[in-house]
Amino acid sequence: MIKRILAVFLATAVMAGLLCGCGEATTQSPVASDETTDSSRADQGNEITVGIAQDLDDSLDPNLMTAAGTREVMFNVFEGLVKPNSDGDYVCAVASDYEKSEDGLTYTFTLRDGVVFHNGQSCTAEDVIYSFETCAATSVTSAVVTALSAITDISAQDNVITISLSAPNPDFISYVSSVYIIPKGYTQQATAPVGTGPFRFVSRSVQENFILERNEDYYGEGAKLDKVTYKIYEDNNALFTALNSGALDLVAHLTVDQVNNLSNGYNVLEGTMNLVQALYLNNAVAPFDNELVRKALCYAVDVDSLLSLTAEGHGTKLGSSMYPAFGKYFDPALAEAYPYDVEKAKELLKEAGYEDGFSFTITVPSNYQPHVDTAVVLVEQLKAVGIDAQIQQVEWNTWLTEVYGNRNFEATVCGFDASTLNASALLARWVSDNDKNMINYNNPLYDETFAKAQASADEAEQTELYKQCLEILSDTAANVYIQDLADFVAINPRLQGFEFYPLYVIDMSCLYFAD
Amino acid sequence: MKYIVKKTCTLIITLFIVSLLAFLAFQIIPGDPTTDLLGTEATEEAKQALRQELGLDRPVLVRYFDWLSGFVRGDMGESYNYRMPVRDMLADKLPVTALLTLLSFVFTIALSIPLGIWAGSTRSRIMDLSISALDQIVMSVPPFFLGMLACYFLGNVLKLFVPGNFVSYTVSWSQCLGYLILPALAIAIPRIAMTVKMLRSSIQSQLEQDYVRTSRSRGSSRGKILRRHVLKNALIPVISFLAVSAAEIMTGSIIIEQVFTIPGISRLLLASISNRDFPVVQAIVVVMAAWIVIVNFAADLLYQLADPRIRRL
Amino acid sequence: MKKRADIFLCTGGAICLITVCIIIMGWFWTPYDPTAMDAAAKFSPPSLQHLLGTDNFGRDIFSRVVDGAGTSFVIALCVVAIGCIAGIIIGSLCGYYGGLPDLILTRVCDSITAFPAFLLALVIVSVAGPGTENIILALGILFIPSFARIVRSEFARCRELNYIKSAKIMGAGGFRIMFRHILPNTLPVLLSTVTIGFNNAVLSEASMSFLGIGIQPPYASLGSMLSDSQSFLYSAPWYALGTGGAIVLLILGFSLLGEGLQQKR
Repeated sequence: MIKRILAVFLATAVMAGLLCGCGEATTQSPVASDETTDSSRADQGNEITVGIAQDLDDSLDPNLMTAAGTREVMFNVFEGLVKPNSDGDYVCAVASDYEKSEDGLTYTFTLRDGVVFHNGQSCTAEDVIYSFETCAATSVTSAVVTALSAITDISAQDNVITISLSAPNPDFISYVSSVYIIPKGYTQQATAPVGTGPFRFVSRSVQENFILERNEDYYGEGAKLDKVTYKIYEDNNALFTALNSGALDLVAHLTVDQVNNLSNGYNVLEGTMNLVQALYLNNAVAPFDNELVRKALCYAVDVDSLLSLTAEGHGTKLGSSMYPAFGKYFDPALAEAYPYDVEKAKELLKEAGYEDGFSFTITVPSNYQPHVDTAVVLVEQLKAVGIDAQIQQVEWNTWLTEVYGNRNFEATVCGFDASTLNASALLARWVSDNDKNMINYNNPLYDETFAKAQASADEAEQTELYKQCLEILSDTAANVYIQDLADFVAINPRLQGFEFYPLYVIDMSCLYFAD
Repeated sequence: MKYIVKKTCTLIITLFIVSLLAFLAFQIIPGDPTTDLLGTEATEEAKQALRQELGLDRPVLVRYFDWLSGFVRGDMGESYNYRMPVRDMLADKLPVTALLTLLSFVFTIALSIPLGIWAGSTRSRIMDLSISALDQIVMSVPPFFLGMLACYFLGNVLKLFVPGNFVSYTVSWSQCLGYLILPALAIAIPRIAMTVKMLRSSIQSQLEQDYVRTSRSRGSSRGKILRRHVLKNALIPVISFLAVSAAEIMTGSIIIEQVFTIPGISRLLLASISNRDFPVVQAIVVVMAAWIVIVNFAADLLYQLADPRIRRL
Repeated sequence: MKKRADIFLCTGGAICLITVCIIIMGWFWTPYDPTAMDAAAKFSPPSLQHLLGTDNFGRDIFSRVVDGAGTSFVIALCVVAIGCIAGIIIGSLCGYYGGLPDLILTRVCDSITAFPAFLLALVIVSVAGPGTENIILALGILFIPSFARIVRSEFARCRELNYIKSAKIMGAGGFRIMFRHILPNTLPVLLSTVTIGFNNAVLSEASMSFLGIGIQPPYASLGSMLSDSQSFLYSAPWYALGTGGAIVLLILGFSLLGEGLQQKR
């Protein structure tokens, strides 16, 4: 089972929403027969209730929201000039067309006719320029700010917006998609967001729900559902309990255990989370400053067995800082670079002078159970080579400050994703002087290769260089790379059209009820 | 009267200490609200700017007195995370917790007093033993385990209710109340057991008093003595115990709101602590503390009203 | 009434003896290694191999319950010890000498009681980092007021008694009076407070671990196990039942014992 699913993953090596039969949990009859099933189950009307495991406790301003969970929901409300589709390509959204000049320095966007904001205002070129300026000035995503800082001029003539850059950036269009178009002069974005997306924001009730309604004035095909209510549980157990009782139409990011425990009739879809889960090692502290020790750890960890313990074998082995959604760069061979080998690990430890093993602490953010589970298994596996690891669970906020900010840790299990759809987001952070280089990775060769890749205007060459970067990370055992987690979605069997994105978003506009 | 004035003063002082403690507590907890608000991608400059915007760059005591003067005027500040006035958030969540506490309190009184009287006046040795044994067992079940058992048996096996499917009181009072019954019971049951135990031993010790024997010898019926004299005396210690229970039920809701996912102030408190959303935490802590202190105060007063003999102490 | 007290004492004592024996046995031997994982045996229902079944990592729940009960037990014991000793010192000084320090300390104790206990524990654990010692510290501090209050009122009562007054006239020093003459008299009250305190400590530790700020995985306490088991309540109810049952048993034993002691008085 494990091998087979893995093989499927490696063969496709892209984000494909696999429709997978997961034991008994798959298609049974819909729960309509169940009397206790609450009315919120969307039998009435064209609306659904979605369960989410965290509150949208952010500012809802598109430039200020940070939580992945908030972005996931607000993807349905906001749009950029272009937006990503489920294949990872960029399609026109607020712009009806765009062109890139030969030298890669000028982009021309044609504003689509008849785009109307949720507050009834029509979208003008002025709004677009305002959006770019606001984003460049206030966005909390530093990668976007950096990319936008290369803009030397942005101007509009009627419906045509021209953006000039100081240097070519092959990923520029991906950053354009992150600039959500908002109406000029509207100041309530933080609490009552207004965008151009297929759904409009209706209301938010703290820790209870978040309601979106169909945007009737949407220029395109638009949403098929009339209303989406996100019910907030803030607790995976509670969310699962509610799901199991049949009160919800859609819940994403379930674990395999939860899927197996589902007793109500849901369809279960499997995708991946699109993140790089690893045991991130602080390369600046002993003993992890020693490459031999890091390699020993890689050999000592049995990822296959870990996957079978935590997820019955679901999930994709990685081997470097890249996940399969980026088919262009992902190299499945790297996942096999360090096969499970206790003897080899012990040998390496001996060579490094840690014959009797050592002990260290894994700091794990407590808000995400799969990371905690992985850490628990790692501790057990490392015992076999004489390494005594301790787990310290910390709150997300403490993790951000201490581990991510101050780099005050030995090892941590977490996942990194690319918030914008480009590979450099995943790789830039390991450049030695990058301020997000949490693990203090310091490798001149890597810095040089990455810089070359960034400067390259030729796509094939760039891809090759990025791949080299990944190999360097693997060769030097920068971290113990583990997996891209399997992502299970339980969905009301009558609800059709669900699509997995190579981003952490759920597109509600493609969902519809089949009758 | 003098007593009440004195008590009110200590009450205010206690609240003042609590609010100061809560404020200081967050100076030593590691973690900064701006890291949570700005996430993994933020630059140091952005954090500094936000810190300034939120007023976090000012000294602690200045901020405290600022907050205090606002609070006294009814302005609780604005939530860092949600960017909405804390007062509105509390106004939205407080009724839920209040309802849960009230419901649980009503259950405690409505069930424990008749049960306690019955248990105290029964003359059967075996009944007496089994009641007190049952009492001990029920008291040993943690409320959150009771809640889980209820979720499992009533929610999953018998399918009598849907765990986690809370309906806001703004949508439907009756459905909201219906959902809160089980959690309220989970909090109330151990309390009921305690009250029954207390009332029972209180009645039994009253029944051994001389005045009971005297009235018996005068020919009054047992039931009549029980109703006329014993109950009145036996209820005195129970009343203040029940009043104190009202405070403990409120604290008990912290974990029960978690088990049953009820969006009340306790849940908001927990989330706000981990988000480092100080204005919200601060307001909730003071509200909870005020409730506990006031209820204890009321317990004192009730005790004295019920038994004038204590007043002189 | 004496007979009931005896029954309670006997059953309570028996339950305590059994649980304590099992806990002590657990320090030396458990049927399985409490942290050993077995992918093949995930979620096995209770059987002869696994008395209470296995959890989501295929770990033997019985071994983990025994191990976790040991952790909970030790924590509760230490918490009560801290609360009791500090409470006696504070309470006796306040109760015996009275005056301004008494007033201040009483007020501080009141404030601690009015402070949501969880918040205080969280502050301490956040500052010192999670870990067994810090939970003990956090809960210990929370338990001081309840002991201090009882000791204080006992001391205040005894201070006015004749034999103390005569001891004073005979020139006995303050400490001698406090700890030789008064303290032994408060023992009965103290003893039942200790058993109640022990139960509260078990409960509080379980609550804290239940909310995720207690014992860190892969080690278990009963509370953290119960919290984990919530995810598998429907598919593996034995996980929650076994763990919750253990908590009930641990508390029941001591509460029966305490009740018996109280009634015997």
